[in-house]
Amino acid sequence: MTDKKQIGAVLVVGGGISGMQSALDLAESGYRVYLVEKKPAIGGTMARLDKTFPTNDCAMCTMSPKLVDVGRHLNIEIITGAELVDLTGEPGNFKAKVLQQARYVSLEKCIGCGACAEACPVKVDDDFDGGLGKRKAAYKLYAQATPNAYAIDKGKCLKLKNPKACGKCLKACPANAIDHDMPDNTLELEVGAVVLSPGFEPMDGNLREEFGWGRYQNVVTSLQFERLLSASGPTMGHLVRPSDHVEPKKIAFIQCAGSRDSAKGNPYCSAVCCMYATKHAIIAQEHEPGLETKVFYMDIRAYGKDFEKYYDRARLQHGVKYEKAMISTVKEDPSTKSVIVRYRTPDGSFAEETFDMLVLSVGLKPSSGNAALAKACDIQLDEFGFCKTAEFTPGQTTREGVFAGGAFCAPKDIPETVVDASAAAANAAKFLSSARGTLSQVKTYPTERDITQEDPRVGVFVCNCGINIGSVVRVPEVAEYAKSIPGVVHTEEFLFSCSQDSIEKIKDRINEHKLNRVVVASCTPRTHAPLFMSSLKEAGLNSYLFEQANIREHASWVHRDHPDAATEKAKDLVRMAVAKVKLLKPVYTSFMDINRQAMVIGGGVAGMANALNLAGQGFKVILVEREDKLGGNALEVKYTMKGNDPAQLVDQLIQDVKNHPNIDLNLTSTVKEVSGYLGNYKTTLATPDGDKKVEHGVVIIATGADPASTNEYLYGQHAGVLTQRELENKLAGPGIGEAQNIVMIQCVGSRNEERPYCSRICCYSAIKNALKIKELNPAANVFVIYRDIRTYGFYETYYAEARKKGVIFVRYTLDDKPQVEANGDKVKVKVKDPILNKVLELDTDLLVLSTGVVPAKGTDALSQTFKVTLNADGYFLEAHMKLRPIDFAADGLYLCGFAHSPKLIEESIAQANAAAVRAVTMLSKDKLESLGNVAQVNPKWCKGCGLCIEACAYGARYMNELTNVAEVLDVLCQGCGACVASCPSGACQQKGFEKEQIIAMLDACNG
Amino acid sequence: MSVPEQKVQTEFEPKIIAIVCNWCTYTGADLAGTSRIQYPPNVRIIRVMCSGAVDPLYMIKPILDGGDAVLVGG
Repeated sequence: MTDKKQIGAVLVVGGGISGMQSALDLAESGYRVYLVEKKPAIGGTMARLDKTFPTNDCAMCTMSPKLVDVGRHLNIEIITGAELVDLTGEPGNFKAKVLQQARYVSLEKCIGCGACAEACPVKVDDDFDGGLGKRKAAYKLYAQATPNAYAIDKGKCLKLKNPKACGKCLKACPANAIDHDMPDNTLELEVGAVVLSPGFEPMDGNLREEFGWGRYQNVVTSLQFERLLSASGPTMGHLVRPSDHVEPKKIAFIQCAGSRDSAKGNPYCSAVCCMYATKHAIIAQEHEPGLETKVFYMDIRAYGKDFEKYYDRARLQHGVKYEKAMISTVKEDPSTKSVIVRYRTPDGSFAEETFDMLVLSVGLKPSSGNAALAKACDIQLDEFGFCKTAEFTPGQTTREGVFAGGAFCAPKDIPETVVDASAAAANAAKFLSSARGTLSQVKTYPTERDITQEDPRVGVFVCNCGINIGSVVRVPEVAEYAKSIPGVVHTEEFLFSCSQDSIEKIKDRINEHKLNRVVVASCTPRTHAPLFMSSLKEAGLNSYLFEQANIREHASWVHRDHPDAATEKAKDLVRMAVAKVKLLKPVYTSFMDINRQAMVIGGGVAGMANALNLAGQGFKVILVEREDKLGGNALEVKYTMKGNDPAQLVDQLIQDVKNHPNIDLNLTSTVKEVSGYLGNYKTTLATPDGDKKVEHGVVIIATGADPASTNEYLYGQHAGVLTQRELENKLAGPGIGEAQNIVMIQCVGSRNEERPYCSRICCYSAIKNALKIKELNPAANVFVIYRDIRTYGFYETYYAEARKKGVIFVRYTLDDKPQVEANGDKVKVKVKDPILNKVLELDTDLLVLSTGVVPAKGTDALSQTFKVTLNADGYFLEAHMKLRPIDFAADGLYLCGFAHSPKLIEESIAQANAAAVRAVTMLSKDKLESLGNVAQVNPKWCKGCGLCIEACAYGARYMNELTNVAEVLDVLCQGCGACVASCPSGACQQKGFEKEQIIAMLDACNG
Repeated sequence: MSVPEQKVQTEFEPKIIAIVCNWCTYTGADLAGTSRIQYPPNVRIIRVMCSGAVDPLYMIKPILDGGDAVLVGG
C-alpha cells in the first residue's frame, strides 16, 4: 500500500446473488459500490431457479427483497450490459475501465410495460429459459428484473441491422424510451478495491453425446428442467415433455453429467447436483402426483447442513428411487419419443428402463468470460479456469486489493456463495477501512409539516401508465369516481405517475391543496412506493401518509378482456386505499446509539479470523475462549489435503490476536450472564480473575463443535482401533510403525437414526490420511469402507488420486454394516463387496473409524442465553438457510465456523470473515434506525401476558418488569406483525397496518 | 357500491377479499400481472406485511357484513 489516500468505493463485477450480497454488505458498511453486470439485469443464475434445497423455498420469492434492496440502495450504482476491461493503478487507488454496451432503451424513461416486446416481430430462443421458450429481440431478462426495464438485443434487432427496417418498437413505446442510435459507453471508475463475482456457467448438455441431449427432445439439462418447473418458465410451471407437451409419468435423472469425468467432462465434482436433482425429483412429484422418479448416481453427496435429511425425505417420503449405476446408452423410442436408458449396475449386470423424460444433472463450469476478466484484472486462474486463491486466504486473488466471491472460485451452492460474497466484502472493507464513509451519500429532506390536528385531505392521482392501464381501465372514470369519495379534495390523471414531471406535480399539489394524505393508483407498491413516498417527504409531508392502489398488475394487466370489471375493480381498490390512507398516521423511525464493540465467543480458527477481521476494520473486539489456549479443533488438524500446515496458520492467528491492540483476549473464560440487545449488550464474563462486566453492540458465536466418539467396532476395547483424528496424530508424529494393512470405516455413528446428518469432513479426512499412508509407505494396503464418498468440489481429484495410488474403496449399506472382531493384535473386518458380490475378510493392523462431529458441549446453554434456536441436530440455526447463512434471525447476532455445521478450515475462515462484515453493517452505522412499520403497544390495554414475546422471531419484544407492559424494541422489529396477531387484547398494532386501517379497507371493499 | 348489470342478470359472481403477505402472495399477484395471466376479476387484494399478522377478525367481519369470501395468502 502507498501513502496515497484510499478511495472509499468498490467495484463489484457480476450481479448474481454473490455480487448482490457483496454490494449490499459493502454499501451498508460505508462504501460506495459500482455493481457491474454483463446482462441487462442483475439476479444471475438464482433468478432462473424455481425452488431451492433443502427448504424448497421459491428462489425468486427469497431473492426479490434483495433485488429490491440493491436496486434502491443510495450507495449502489447498478451498471448493466457492462464488463470490466481494464484495471490499472494500484491497490486502494484503482482505475477501472468499464465498457457498457448500448441497451437501446433509456433506463430513465422505460416504464417496463412491455409494449416494445409485444410489437417486436423478431422471435429468438430465450437463453434464460435454456432455449426452451422464445423471447423477442426487444426483451426483459425476466419478469421481476432489476432494473425493471427492457433492452434490445443488438444481434437480433432488424433496425439495428438495417436502419431503414422495422422500428415497430419505436411506435409502440408510450414513453419514448427507445433509441436505436444509443452509443456504447466507456466508463472510467475510480475505486479502492474490486470484488469479482462473475459466477459460473452450466456445463454443456452434450459433453457425453451418448446421453442424447440435443438429439432427443425429451432429454433436457437440469437448468432447462428448472425452467420447466418454474411458474415464470416457458410452460408457466406446467411440467410437460418438450416433444408433445404431455405430462410425464416417469422421469430419470443422470448425475455427474460432465462432472467427475476426466475423459470427456471435468475432473472435479460440481458440489450441487446431487442436491438439486433430489430437489427436482421432489418438486416434480409435487407438480405431478404419482410421478415416478429415479436418480442414477455414483455417490450421493448430501454433505451440507440439513442435506442428508432432505435426501432421506426424498427416498423415504417421496419414494424417489436412487440407483447406483453407470449409464451405457440412451436411446429414443421413435414412436413415443420416450427415452430408453441402458445402464450397468454395481454387480456388473445390465438393465434397461424406459422414461418419459431424462434430465441431465449438468455440472458447473467456469464462466466463459473468466480468461478475459483475469487478463483485465491481472489475476491468475487455477487449472480449471476458476479463480486462483490460497487455502488459508479464501477470497483473495493473486492481486492485492482484488477479491473474489461466489462460484468464481469453485462450484458451490447458494449459501456458500452468499458466505463467500460476504467474505469478499469483508476483505475489501478491511482493506479499505481508512476510506470508510468518504464516498457514501446521505439524502436530506425539508422539515415535516405537522398534520396531526388536520382533517384528512386526500389527493388521488390515477395513472394511465401510457396505455398499460388506460387501455383497459377507464382512467377518467376512476378519477371522476375518486372525487366522490369523502375526504378526497383533489384528483388528477397522469400519463406516467413515475415520470419526473409528474412527481414534481404531486409535490406541487400537496402544497397547493394542503393535501395531508396521498393515494397513487398505478402499479405495484413493491417497486414504486419508495419513489412516491420520497416525493411526499420532499414536499414536507411524512412519507407514511401514502397508500398505493395497484390497478396495473392487479387490474388492467390481468383482466384485459373485461374493461368494465377492471374499471369497477380499480374503483374498489381506490376506495379501499382512500379508506386506509385517511386513518394513516405519521410514522417516525427511531434512532438508537450503538456500542461499537463486538464480542466473539470461541477462540478457534473461526473466532480468531473473525476477531482479526473486525479488529482490522477498526472495531474493538472482546474475544472469549473457555479453554486456556487458542486454536480449537484446528490444533488437531496436522496437515490439509492440499498440503498446507494448519499449525502455521494457527500460530500466526494466535500471534496476531495477542498482538492486536483492538482485541481484548479472555482465556479460560465463559459467558455467565447477558442482558440487552443489538447495539447495547451488557455481558458478565466468568474469568479466572472473577466476574468481568463488558459492553458490546454485537455478538458473534464461533464456539465450534466436538469430535464424536463411538463404542462401535471395538473402539476403546482393542489397541488397533482408533479414530481418524488419532490416526492423523500418529501419521504426523510417531508414525504407524509396521502397520501394513489399514482399514477405514466411514460414517461411524453418522447418517443413521441416532445422528442423521453427514459430518462433511470425514470423507475428506479419510482420503487425506489414506494418501498420507501411501506417501509414507506405498506398499501399505489401505481399504476405505464407505457409503458414499463425499469429496465435493475440487477434492474429487484427490479421491481419484487415492484410487490411482491403489487405495481400495468398498461400499457398504446400513443394512449390511461391516463386521469387526479381534484377532490377536490384529482386527478382522468382514464386509460384503457389492462389485465382487462376496464377503471380504480383511485382517488389519489398524482399524480407523471416521466418527464425525457433534455440536460443542454447552451449545444448548448458549442458545438459551442468547435466545437463538438450534436445528434438529443441535447446531445453531441461521436466519435463512439460503440467503442469510451467518445471521441469526435477531439482528446483532451472527455465527460462523463449526458452530454453524461441520466444515473445513478454509470454509470456516470464509464464514468468519463473512460474519465480520455482517457485524460491521451494524457497527459502522452512526446510529441504528428502526423500520417505519414497526409494532407498537398501547400500554393501557396490555395485560402483560407475554404471548407477543413468544411470537416474535427477532427478539424485539420484551417485558417491562416495572410496568408489566410488553414493549417493542423498534430497532429490532422487522415489521412482520406476528405479535399483533397474537395479542388477545388488541393492545398491539403495526404502524401502517393498524387494525382499524385494515378493517376500514375491508369495510370499503364490501361497501 | 354499484353492481355491474350483467352480474345481476347472470349467475352469482362472488367478490373475494384476499389478505396477502407482501413477500410471497402479493409478489405472486404482481407476477401474474407482469406475465399477463388472465384471471377472473372477482378478487380485491389487501396487502399485509406478513400473513402472521392476519387477525381472525379480518376473516370473520367481512363475512358477517355480507361479504362473499375471504382468502388469506402467505
